[in-house]
Amino acid sequence: MRTSKSISEVLFDSANVILLCLLSIVTLYPFLYVLFASISTPAEFVQHRGILLWPKGFSLDSYRMVFENPNIIRSYMNTIFYVVVGTTLNILMTALGAYGLSRKNVMWKSTIMMLIVMTMFFDGGLIPKYLLVKNMGLIDTYWALIIPSAMTTWNLIIMRTAFQGVPDALEESARIDGASDWTILFRIIIPLSLPVIAVMVLFYGVWHWNKWFDALIYLRDRDLFPLQLILREILIQNDTSSMMTSVGGGDRMPVGETIKYATIMVATLPILFLYPFLQKYFVKGVMIGAIKE
Amino acid sequence: MQLKEETNHVMIQSKPESFSTRVAKDFRRNSTIYLMLLPVVAFYAVFHYGPLYGLQIAFKNFSAGLGIWNSPWVGFQHFSDFFNGFFFERVVSNTIILGAYDLIFVFPASIVLALMLNEVRHRIFKRTVQSITYIPHFISVVVVVGMLVDFLSVDGLINHIITYFGGKPISFMRLPEWFRTIYTSSAIWQGIGWGSIIYLAAISNIDPSLYEAAKVDGAGRWKQMLQITLPGILPTVIILLILRIGSFMALQDEKILIMYNPVIYETADVIGTYVYRKGILEASYSYSAAVGMFNSLINFMLLIGANYLSKRFTDTKLW
Repeated sequence: MRTSKSISEVLFDSANVILLCLLSIVTLYPFLYVLFASISTPAEFVQHRGILLWPKGFSLDSYRMVFENPNIIRSYMNTIFYVVVGTTLNILMTALGAYGLSRKNVMWKSTIMMLIVMTMFFDGGLIPKYLLVKNMGLIDTYWALIIPSAMTTWNLIIMRTAFQGVPDALEESARIDGASDWTILFRIIIPLSLPVIAVMVLFYGVWHWNKWFDALIYLRDRDLFPLQLILREILIQNDTSSMMTSVGGGDRMPVGETIKYATIMVATLPILFLYPFLQKYFVKGVMIGAIKE
Repeated sequence: MQLKEETNHVMIQSKPESFSTRVAKDFRRNSTIYLMLLPVVAFYAVFHYGPLYGLQIAFKNFSAGLGIWNSPWVGFQHFSDFFNGFFFERVVSNTIILGAYDLIFVFPASIVLALMLNEVRHRIFKRTVQSITYIPHFISVVVVVGMLVDFLSVDGLINHIITYFGGKPISFMRLPEWFRTIYTSSAIWQGIGWGSIIYLAAISNIDPSLYEAAKVDGAGRWKQMLQITLPGILPTVIILLILRIGSFMALQDEKILIMYNPVIYETADVIGTYVYRKGILEASYSYSAAVGMFNSLINFMLLIGANYLSKRFTDTKLW
């Protein structure tokens, strides 16, 4: 179907493609730079100037040092704990809420739903929430990062929309067979909504993986710190001293540079690695979220 | 009517039931569901409505020993302290300016990207650009700011490029006049791709026959974009705009918090970060709760106002 294109159309198309290419480069290059820097030889890396198009030499020393660092290992384990336990609780809570609020003939469901949705538009703010968590004795416990984050309204709306989409006939025939609401939820609705459950696992999982502010305000005990808080020390406060216990005097500076990049990689790799597989689910989640009511 | 009654397997009688009978019946039928909803309701009561109860400390002098309820009332003292204080003008104007930048630059960026992607005929190219531009959304704000700090440092990547072209290195992260640019452009970088998904979905719902008709009328690609695609996604744009205005004052405080330093407070300190410093670091709970409340109130009023205006002038509304 190649009909003659007018000149303006050709211009339009080429400008469009060029701009999109530029945008892609600007988005992708920072990650490539970090990757190249992280596998460069520290000494060679420090000497280079400007844009990196390829690693300078090759060395995995920075990664070795990252993985030998007890702070990183500890916080990595903590983050995995927060992600696994947090996400499990999130899914359970969200599914229970979504089921109840998506069933027909539940008298109070619209009132409850309204009270829940309203919390999206106003809240008590940081200080009352902090005092609440403090008064509950959650400060400096693992639970401070899990219980106050038990579910989010936006995800509840997404899952509820999906549950509403399951045909009523299935539920009714199960009920005639004597199934309880528990059976209907766990044996019918959830198995039929697996794609959405996957979306939720990803949304919540990434959320927990990347969260740092709650940890900043609720945790003092370094043993409980998630990875992001340790990252902040290394990347922003530029404190790599704790990283280089095993490096002799003169080598410290260059290694400090590449360690930062290796740390970014280590903290981001799980997401970047899974990303191609997860992407379609993420997009699906946004789409479902977009169709309200 | 008849049909509806049938689905309610218990309801056959025609007389309207009293409220209490209906409640009793509903509870008998749905008790399992209410049991399931119990943890959810409890969670919202405690962690969303609980802080609203705690907000009364904005009008009290909270002391931990006395607790929220027994702390003495002081009326609007904390509010007037804030309004008359040294920081009021600075944090409020910074918040408004950054919020405005967000509306003017970050918000339309995703719409423009969606329109551009929609014009791409090559599927694989389109998919690739989409996949790439989504990535930053999944990267933690700590890593994003970490990369910013690194690339923008005096001997960082950007300054190497500047000096290569004969410019002088700029200490980006330590100059107040650069903060807004950095904050806003990095926000575009982080959100442009992800934000475009919803508009692309809206575009795909536009009736293709409209384009056919426009082509017959001799409209070029540019004209079609302006006169069909853009109006087609307008309701979506307005809804998202209302939501955005409703969070006008709720900036990415977390991002600013890791980005800024005392040298650039002049342009970077916003209400949210001020609340954090006063409340969490200096433990002035009542005062910072008042500042936070001021912020949320303005937000809420903006949301109501935006929705009202939209209802008035377009057919689109949030409620």
